[in-house]
Amino acid sequence: MPPISIFMSILEAFCFMSLTTFLQHCLTGISLGGAYALIAIGYTMVYGILRLINFAHGEIFMMAGYFMIFSMATVPWYLAIPIVILGTIALGVTIERVAYKPIRTAPRMSIMISAIGVSYLLQNLSTYLFTALPRGYPEIPVLKSSFKIGPLSSSFVTFFTPVITILLVIALMQLINHTKIGMAMRAVSKDYETAQLMGIKINNVISFTFVIGSFLAAVGSILYFTDRMSVTPFSGTLPGLKCFVAAVLGGIGSVPGAVIGGFILAIGETFLVAFGYSTFSDAFTFVLLIVMLLVRPTGLFGEKATDKV
Amino acid sequence: MKKSTKLLCSFILIIAAVGLLYYLDNNHIKYLYAISILERSAIFAIVAVSMNLLNGFTGLFSLGQAGFMAIGAYTVSVITIPVGIRQSVYYASGINSFIAKIELPLPLALLLGGLFAALVAALIGIPVLRLKSDYLAIATLGFSEIIRALLASPQLAKITNGSYGLNKIPKYSSIFVPFGIATICIATMVLLIRSSFGRAFLAIREDEIAAEAMGINLFKHKELSFIISSFFTGIGGGLLAVYMQSIDSSTFKIGITYDILLIVVLGGMGSVTGSVFAAFLVTASREWLRFFDDPLTIGGFQVPLFRAGFRMVVFSVLLMIVVLFYRQGIMGTREFSWDGIFRFFVNLPKRFMKKKKAGGTANER
Repeated sequence: MPPISIFMSILEAFCFMSLTTFLQHCLTGISLGGAYALIAIGYTMVYGILRLINFAHGEIFMMAGYFMIFSMATVPWYLAIPIVILGTIALGVTIERVAYKPIRTAPRMSIMISAIGVSYLLQNLSTYLFTALPRGYPEIPVLKSSFKIGPLSSSFVTFFTPVITILLVIALMQLINHTKIGMAMRAVSKDYETAQLMGIKINNVISFTFVIGSFLAAVGSILYFTDRMSVTPFSGTLPGLKCFVAAVLGGIGSVPGAVIGGFILAIGETFLVAFGYSTFSDAFTFVLLIVMLLVRPTGLFGEKATDKV
Repeated sequence: MKKSTKLLCSFILIIAAVGLLYYLDNNHIKYLYAISILERSAIFAIVAVSMNLLNGFTGLFSLGQAGFMAIGAYTVSVITIPVGIRQSVYYASGINSFIAKIELPLPLALLLGGLFAALVAALIGIPVLRLKSDYLAIATLGFSEIIRALLASPQLAKITNGSYGLNKIPKYSSIFVPFGIATICIATMVLLIRSSFGRAFLAIREDEIAAEAMGINLFKHKELSFIISSFFTGIGGGLLAVYMQSIDSSTFKIGITYDILLIVVLGGMGSVTGSVFAAFLVTASREWLRFFDDPLTIGGFQVPLFRAGFRMVVFSVLLMIVVLFYRQGIMGTREFSWDGIFRFFVNLPKRFMKKKKAGGTANER
């Protein structure tokens, strides 16, 4: 049986791996996990409020990559990063206003099709504007410089990604739990209509959710693509789906859950690639998703809810 | 309209269609391009109707089409490539000795491809169909990616030729092959939808709890719908493999599922004729819109927008307009009927006047 033999050989590879190699792979995985976590938060927040898989989120992430390429061509990196973040936020909010708001009351299937349509449109638009050929991602000197801790060496971005992820998540948790807008967001995700009756301006809250989601996607995109070196119009699709899976894994609607999910996925994937099963690294994500949905559909940190699955 | 008149109209339409196909087939060297568009449309019509059976009629939002198409396509390719030239196809990894000598005629191969897809669907359906709406969508999408990864994996290289893909698949002997098979498949699905099973599917779409209360076994019918839909999707995939003559796993990325979804949405979720019509419309307009991709010069002035890729942008903007403003698609849940056509033309002047009075805001719902 192939699955068993794969499992056995992975086990074998684990046993014969030196500690340094093991830690090095862990580091790569954790770094990728940071980027995944940032994107997964965008999914989980939008899903928590609108009950919509924002299929276009992966494409927003990809567009942020292109924004970076073009802004870095004219301005230095410390100016380019704010420009990219603002551009991505504008894109995210525009998508919400144009494609999701008019059909908010429609059946869920229609909204989902609209989301797929937006992702299709963004892919085709960027193919048209930037061609399908991979474009080199600009190097940010600070992030690219090599960095060492003990025996582990990698570029600075690898060490920096998990740190900034954790910091951003802490800030986000404070925002959600201790500010007025955060309270409004929690209220809307609990009960959409009652929140509206209580005088919460739904449209503002939803737009704000997209602002946060797009902001984190932009940061995630910078961290992710700095390690990957090139962007194509399709480089957002698979990371996008994986991050949605990460959000489901952690329990959709829960921010810490999305972060944990992102790390689990990325570490698992990195080790599969390290052992030479890169063909299965994408499939691994979905196997994990299906197992999770069957065993514990609410995810690791999800609230108990009957209407979800 | 009298019944005999309707029958006559349908008869004339079928004769005209067959006549056209016959004419194209006889002059196939002259009309190679048109034939290839029509064949592609017919193939996509099968897959779109089978997706509609699941998404539009049973209300299960599944995005696994690409995976089932891949299964059908690989099965058909593996057993229709002539035995003599197989060694040259599998030059890299060698061929499994069991399948090396099996060669079946196309109809049997298609049936087998469909059955394999149905078998896989039956297995996948047991866990996945317990999920609902978006979770079901993402899980089926996941399975389709897993199938694709498995087909491309080096472990199966002796059967699927791994990442090299399969080529030298013999092409259709005539245009009647894809059209004949498409007609049979779609007719079968229409009969199914009109049977008691079809009624049960519709009931599940409208209200699961009510359907269950009426004594419909939810899981059994969902599984049945999933299996049948996958069976025909597999056949469609097999036909696509023959049409393309060479396939590899990247043919069956998520993009192809989105293409089919586009057809289904455009035609109207829950309308068989809508899906068929949209399959032809979408495939043909992709070709018509090709002029968007060529540089356009009007009176010595080059219009800047027209270059490669613009066609797909226009196409996706059109899709978004349909999704946002004409959610029903072309047909909604209605079916084509001569009465409908007749009424449409009689009421056309009236509708036009009304629309003008209402200020052009005649959006349904």
